[in-house]
Amino acid sequence: MALLMVLGVSLVAALLLALAGDRKYAPEINIFGSAATFVASLALAMEVYEKGPMIAGGNFFFVDAFSVYLTVLTAFVSATTAIFSRRYMRHERSHGKVGKSGMKFYHSMFQLFIFAMLLALLTNNVGVLWISMELATLATVLLVSLYRTPSAIEAAWKYFILCGVGIALALFGTVLLYFAAEKVFGEGSQGLLWTNLTRVSGRLDPTVMSLAFIFFMVGYGTKVGLVPLHNWLPDAHSEGPTPISAVLSGLLLNVALYALVRCKVLVDGATGSGNKTGYIMMAFGLLSITVASFSLLRQKDIKRLFAYSSIEHMGIATFAFGLGGHVATFGALLHMLVHSLTKSAIFFTAGHASQMHSTQDMKSIKGLIKGNPMVGWGLMLGVLAIAGMPPFGVFTSEFLILTAAMKSVPYFVPFFLLGIAVAFAALFSKVMPMVFGEVPANQSPLRAAHLPVVIHMALMLVLGIYLPTFLSNWFHAAVEILR
Amino acid sequence: MGISLAAQIYSVLAALILLTSFGLLVQRRIYGLLHIFAWQGLFLSVSTAVVGYSAGLHHLYISAILTLTLKVFVLPYILYTLIHKLKIHKEVEDLVNIPTTMLIGIALVIFSYYLTSPIRELSTFVTRSTLAVALATVMLGLLMMITRKKAVTQIVGFLSLENGLFFVATSATYGMPLVVELGVALDILIAAFIFGIFFFHISTTFDSLDLKEMEKLKEED
Repeated sequence: MALLMVLGVSLVAALLLALAGDRKYAPEINIFGSAATFVASLALAMEVYEKGPMIAGGNFFFVDAFSVYLTVLTAFVSATTAIFSRRYMRHERSHGKVGKSGMKFYHSMFQLFIFAMLLALLTNNVGVLWISMELATLATVLLVSLYRTPSAIEAAWKYFILCGVGIALALFGTVLLYFAAEKVFGEGSQGLLWTNLTRVSGRLDPTVMSLAFIFFMVGYGTKVGLVPLHNWLPDAHSEGPTPISAVLSGLLLNVALYALVRCKVLVDGATGSGNKTGYIMMAFGLLSITVASFSLLRQKDIKRLFAYSSIEHMGIATFAFGLGGHVATFGALLHMLVHSLTKSAIFFTAGHASQMHSTQDMKSIKGLIKGNPMVGWGLMLGVLAIAGMPPFGVFTSEFLILTAAMKSVPYFVPFFLLGIAVAFAALFSKVMPMVFGEVPANQSPLRAAHLPVVIHMALMLVLGIYLPTFLSNWFHAAVEILR
Repeated sequence: MGISLAAQIYSVLAALILLTSFGLLVQRRIYGLLHIFAWQGLFLSVSTAVVGYSAGLHHLYISAILTLTLKVFVLPYILYTLIHKLKIHKEVEDLVNIPTTMLIGIALVIFSYYLTSPIRELSTFVTRSTLAVALATVMLGLLMMITRKKAVTQIVGFLSLENGLFFVATSATYGMPLVVELGVALDILIAAFIFGIFFFHISTTFDSLDLKEMEKLKEED
C-alpha cells in the first residue's frame, strides 16, 4: 500500500502539473506531491525495517534495506528541492527566463523524474531498472535546455547523446545477464528478477557475467559521472535550472550507482573469489577523484565547480564499494547519504547566489555574507562540510572509507588523500572570496528559500556527530545484502 | 522449415544487418541514410520473426511487429517529416577519410568476434554465431556517432546502435521478457519525440543542424 503511494503520488502529480504547472499554486502542488511521497516512503521504510525485505505486486517490486534507504533519501531531497524550487523558479519566471509552457513542463517533468528514480529503486526486474533509468534521463534532458540559450541546448544535447549511448551499453549488459540467467531458469521473465538472480548467482556463467559487468560499468558508470565518462555532467549541471542540478547531483547519480552496485553483487557471485570487479571500480573511483579534484582548480562557473565536486564524491563512493568489506561498504552507504544532503544544500545556496548577481561567474559573486547572511553562511558551511571537515557527516564517511583503505589497499591511500586535499584547497580558495568581502554593486537582494538549506545542514551536523541506531541498523542490513 | 534452413536464413539476415551498418557509416545523403536505416529495421524484424518461428515462441512475433512498426515506419517517418520541415533534405555531409572509417569498422567487427568467442561456445542455440554480428552493429553505431557531425546523422547512428541491441536480445536469448521489450520500445518512442524537439531548438538557435557550431562548452585554460 505504502509502496503504491510512493510511486502513485509522483505520477499523479506529474499529470496534474502538466495541466496546471503555471498556475499560482503549482509550486505548492509540487511541494505537496513530493512531501506526500516522502511520508509514504517513510511508511514503507518502517514496514521494511520491522518485517525485513518484502516482495510485492506479484514479484514486480522488491524492497530491501539497500533500496529503501535510497528511496527515503530520494523522496526527502525531492521534497526539500520542491520547497527550494518554489522561490527559485518564481524568480526565474518573473525575470522572463522561463515562459508559461516552460513552467508547466518544468513542474511536470520534475515529478516524472522523481517517479522514474523511485521506480528504478523499487523494481525487482533488472530490465525495468534499465527502463526507468532511461526514463529518468529522458525526463531531465529537456529540463537542462529549459532556458533555450545556445549553451543550454548544447549541454542538453551532450547529455542526451552521451547518456543515451551509455545507457544503451547498460542494456547490452542486461541482455548478457539475461542470457546467463536463461541457462539456469529457462525461458521466461523469471531470469531478470533480483530475488531469483541473487539466489542462483553462483550458477551463472562467469565469462558472460564478466563481460556483462564491463558493459554495466561503462553504461551505468556514465550516469554516475565517473571519469572518463563524465563529460556530460558539468555541462548539464551548470546549464540547467538549479533545482534540477540539485536533484541530478544529489539523487540521479546515487540511483545510477545503486544499479551498478546491485549488478556488481551478482557478478561477484558468479565469478567467485578474487575481487576483480572491485578493482575495476576502485580504478574508476580513484581516477574520478584525482581528475575531478584537479579540474576543480580551473573552474570559473559556480555550478560547474560543484558539478566537479560531485564527480569527486561519486568517485569516493565507487572506490569504497569497490573496496568492499564491512567498513568500506558502510562508509560508502553513509557517503551516498551525506553527499546527497550536502550537495543539494550547496546547489540551493549556489543557485540563490547566482540569482543575486545574475551570473554564475564566480569572479562577479562577492560579499554574500553581508548581502544575505543565510545564503552566505549556508554556502560557507556547505563547502566546509563537503570538503570533509568535522563535525559534518562527510568527514565521518570519508574517515570510515579511509580506515578501510589503509587496512586492505594502503598503496591507493596517497592518491585518495591527494584528491581530497586538492579538492579542499580548490573549493576553499574559490568560495572564500565569494562569501566574504563587501557587497558589490551588481548584487541585488533576494527572497531566498532558507528552510531547505537549514534542514539539510542540521541533518549533516547530526549525522556527523551521532548516527541514530535505526540508521546504523539499516546500513548494517544493507551491508549484509551487498556482501 | 528445418532448423538448419532457419539458421541459414538467420545468418543471411545477420549479414545484411551488418552490411546496412557499413552502409550507414559511409552514406552521405540524408534520404539515403533513412532508406538504409529502414532496411536495417526490416531485416531486424524479419530475423526476429524467423527466430520466433523456428523456436516456436509466439511472443517474438509481437516483438517483430513492434520492431516493424517502430523501426521501419514510425521512426523513419518522423525523421523524414522533420528533415522536410527543417529543409535540410538536400544537404550532403562531407565525410573525410571514408576508407579509414571502413577499416576501423572492419577492425571493430573482428574485435567483436574476438570478444564474443568464449560466449559463442556456450550457446546451443540456432543463432549462436550472430552474437558477434550484433555486437559489431552496436560498435559500428558508436563509430558512426563519433565520425558524424550533424544532429540527424548522429541520431540515425544512435538508432542503429539500438537496432544492434535488439538484435543481441534475439540472438543471445529468445528475446527479452515482454514487459522489458515494451518498456524499451516506449523509451525509444519518447526519445524520438525529444530529438524531434531538439532538432527544432538546435536549428532555430544555431541556424543549422551542424554540431560543429556547438563547441562552446569546454574547459577554459
